[in-house]
Amino acid sequence: MTSATSPTSTTPVTTPARTSEEAAGGIGSSPVRPDGTTKVRGEFAYSSDLWHEDMLWGATLRSPHPSARITGLDIAGALAVPGVYAVLTHADVPGVNRYGLEQPDQPVLAEDVVRYQGEPVALVAADHPETARRAMERIRVDYEELEPVTDAQAAAEGKGPAVHPGGNVVRHVPIRRGDPRATADVVVTGTYEVGMQDQAFLGPESGLAVPAEDGGIDLYVATQWLHVDQQQIVAALGLPPEKVRLTLGGVGGAFGGREDLSIQVHACLLALHTGKPVKMVYNREESFYGHVHRHPAVLHYEHGADRDGRLVYVRARIVLDGGAYASTTGAVAGNAATLGVGPYDVPNVSVDCWGVYTNNPPCGAMRGFGAVQAAFAYESQMDKLAQACGLDPVEVRTRNAMSEGTVMPTGQVVDSAAPVAELLRRVRDMPLPAGPSGEPDLRRLPGGVSNTTHGEGVVRGVGYAVGIKNICFSEGFDDYSTARVRLQAVGGEPAATVQTAACEVGQGLVTVLQQIVRTELGVEQVTVEPMDTSIGSAGSSSASRQTYVTGGAVRAAALAVRKGLLGRVGHVPGELSVSGGKVVSTRDGVLADIVDVLGDDVLEETVEWRHRPTESLDPETGQGTAHVQYAFAAHRAVVDVDTELGLVKVVALDCAQDVGKALNPQAVLGQIQGGSAQGLGLAVMEEIQTDGGLIRNPSFTDYLIPTVLDMPPMNIDVLELADPHAPYGVRGVGEPPTISSTPAIVAAIRAATGKPLTRVPVRPEHII
Amino acid sequence: MDFLRPTTLDEALALKAERPGAVPIAGGTDVMVELNFDHRRPEALLDLTGVAELAEWSTSDGQVRLGAGVPYTRVITELGDVLPGLAMASRTVGSPQIRNRGTVGGNLGAASPAGDTHPVLLATGARVEVASVRGGRTIAAEAFYTGVKRNALEPDELITAVHLPPASGAEQFAKVGTRNAMVIAVCSFAVVLRPGYAGVALGSAAPVPRRAAEAERFLVAELPWQTPVPLADSLKRAFAELVAGAADPIDDVRGSAAYRRHALGVLARRALTWAWDDYRNNGGERQCA
Repeated sequence: MTSATSPTSTTPVTTPARTSEEAAGGIGSSPVRPDGTTKVRGEFAYSSDLWHEDMLWGATLRSPHPSARITGLDIAGALAVPGVYAVLTHADVPGVNRYGLEQPDQPVLAEDVVRYQGEPVALVAADHPETARRAMERIRVDYEELEPVTDAQAAAEGKGPAVHPGGNVVRHVPIRRGDPRATADVVVTGTYEVGMQDQAFLGPESGLAVPAEDGGIDLYVATQWLHVDQQQIVAALGLPPEKVRLTLGGVGGAFGGREDLSIQVHACLLALHTGKPVKMVYNREESFYGHVHRHPAVLHYEHGADRDGRLVYVRARIVLDGGAYASTTGAVAGNAATLGVGPYDVPNVSVDCWGVYTNNPPCGAMRGFGAVQAAFAYESQMDKLAQACGLDPVEVRTRNAMSEGTVMPTGQVVDSAAPVAELLRRVRDMPLPAGPSGEPDLRRLPGGVSNTTHGEGVVRGVGYAVGIKNICFSEGFDDYSTARVRLQAVGGEPAATVQTAACEVGQGLVTVLQQIVRTELGVEQVTVEPMDTSIGSAGSSSASRQTYVTGGAVRAAALAVRKGLLGRVGHVPGELSVSGGKVVSTRDGVLADIVDVLGDDVLEETVEWRHRPTESLDPETGQGTAHVQYAFAAHRAVVDVDTELGLVKVVALDCAQDVGKALNPQAVLGQIQGGSAQGLGLAVMEEIQTDGGLIRNPSFTDYLIPTVLDMPPMNIDVLELADPHAPYGVRGVGEPPTISSTPAIVAAIRAATGKPLTRVPVRPEHII
Repeated sequence: MDFLRPTTLDEALALKAERPGAVPIAGGTDVMVELNFDHRRPEALLDLTGVAELAEWSTSDGQVRLGAGVPYTRVITELGDVLPGLAMASRTVGSPQIRNRGTVGGNLGAASPAGDTHPVLLATGARVEVASVRGGRTIAAEAFYTGVKRNALEPDELITAVHLPPASGAEQFAKVGTRNAMVIAVCSFAVVLRPGYAGVALGSAAPVPRRAAEAERFLVAELPWQTPVPLADSLKRAFAELVAGAADPIDDVRGSAAYRRHALGVLARRALTWAWDDYRNNGGERQCA
């Protein structure tokens, strides 16, 4: 559990009033978020609230077909609508009409074919959003419909027509370790399916592009990675990077869904074309077509073990449906493959993972990124193995749990804490929720206030799961962040500013960066400057990496500033530190106020910071030290299932997670609660349903996410086993709880019902 | 799009007569969604929130007259004892914010097969009061729903109120959704018991909300009205089969036809048990006293 130790102070005059860790609002504390009050009061300006005098509204005409040839395109009708300023097609893209995070395979605007329902075909700018919508209806597009490719399994096998010229396999990742023909006394097999989950962020895609006098553009947008947006925009616009400047708008959640471009190039094109500011905001329905989703997966697994349940081998074949464009499919496949056996020590491994093209909705980054899909399969298998060996589900997992020193299926040696068995024991030993007593409270029963049961048919079940996630970017990626820290006296008080391009997407990064600077510079007043491209890249707000990488960069910059500050004190006896706005010596106590040391000078340092490098995977064997850090969480789920109606109430979802060091304990708990809730959503309700490549439920009426009556209060046990390789020992927090939550809940439903439940989300039809 | 804001019912009726294409809007919880999704572009909206007389309820001649503009929250807080079935259904509508705005009149106007209050209105034998500049009339609930999202209103008519009898026995409503709150019905069910009367209706399981007439007749004939004993399992099962048989469900994104039929049977069995237990323990005694 998180705790802070108090220093014993004997002579207050000569002892720092606080350790550096206890600087007010510093690391280890949970200060109020700078954006907290405005968000709670509904006053926070999200990117959809952006406004500019004389601005126009942009709208996107999208393909109604998952696969078609465009045989004609006539924009004359739309141009004739009064109030319309521009109607643009692919012919108006001045640069390269291709973009993409891993490979530029996606057109900014479709040319001769469309590959998914919702693919952008044309753009309209008008003086009113309704005018733009009406004008869009007057664009005539002639489509010759084609049979869509929708079977990912067939795509992986090379069957059927190619969605892209190079064939339908985006990436195949094999992992081979030990004896490929190993045999075992106990063998369990299973095929599992994961449905297409959506990030369901509440703030729709939106931004404002403002043409500048230098012929360039200023774009204010909700995104996860300003610089990778910038790279793709400049290629499409044919402009040099200095002419395309991005500033982060207020972001209403991301979860991976803002890694790919949405309105970015479109708004810039319209603004440059009209010479006017252009705002674009998707509505909820359009948002479902306007961002990538979590890859649906089919996973075939075979586990071999001895009679004591110790794993001998794991063989797996995983197919991830990447949809029409590559996005991050390659990296997602890399994760699903390298983490495919889970947090277990397995001597013989053979995993193949394919990420493929189809004409289904494009899929890419979402919290858990490949690890979620694999975990549902390998944890379901571990329960099967437990049953086959007559073991308790916690026992079979702890017998096989990896630990520090374990060799991964990739050959990578785990070189920091991996408390898998400990996490499982901790959730097992938490108190179980009480059973029903007295008058039934509908809110605590499956079906909730819909009054479907007063206890009839309700059976309780308990399930466990543990998961593993890589933290930061992997496979040799140059993963760095840039930070600038400035220290000066303002109104007689020391004040620091911190500047990065790291996107605050709701996770609380702004608070953590303030905390780091407070701790390292001993000043309380820390301002986080707007995030923009006037400074170098911070990398993406994904892969649970920003506290680690941008936190590391800010810390390094702050330490450089501190070094400069202490250098000005000159050579004095004892070791110097900063605390409470003062420079303090271990020998003589307070030496000076920071403001006096600074005078009128401004100390500023900019640092580009990298975590230790990783290696690419061998393309034949999947061997390589591909990951920076591993993180783990375990869940115990307790569910009440109405076995006659198939409705589920998760009554407890308790979690133990190692976070290395909780820089902000409250934010850590928030991440664990939120991640667990997102995993609950995948377990029992969240799925974009498709039929022949068409989305059937593009709304929050029919794409359901958990409410407060679906998500129970949680017991959370946070371990802080410092990673010696990471700044402050931190271990990424955001993704692990999403991974183990889903299989724990499904295991609990299986325990209650005895049903195999090989697909998530589990639907009532699967239970009855 | 014109936004018409009458302040009296007469003015509203005159506007509706003049502009039959104007779409009435009260809470806006259905209409605004359709506008936002661009599914509907009416020439005008007729805002009824300024018509005070629509937002009142009263009791006379043994009937509750519930104004079309009374929001669900008030049905729950002000009429929970008098109209328990309608209050139960109202409690399952959306979120607190939606219940503060949405109205029974709006539910009827939208006439969605999945509308939450319809089964209760049918099972209680409610009548829908409508008006136009030509005069007023009432329509039995079972004659009101004419098709998917269609109702018996003439183009110049507005829904002004619903008349329904106060509970004199037991009422139950239950709805299946794949989330524990804020969910559209996969299927729903209502049962109303009064001395010698049984009302049974289902929602989201046919093109229109409908009564299960055979199941009603079965209950009237087979319930042990004179002896307050628990119901036999065989009776419950037979009833459940009749209810499931009354459904004509479809496969859609919210659930399969087979599941809906199955779930209705389960709801019928359970809700009848609860209603009968209430009836024999409370309602029935009250009638006898």
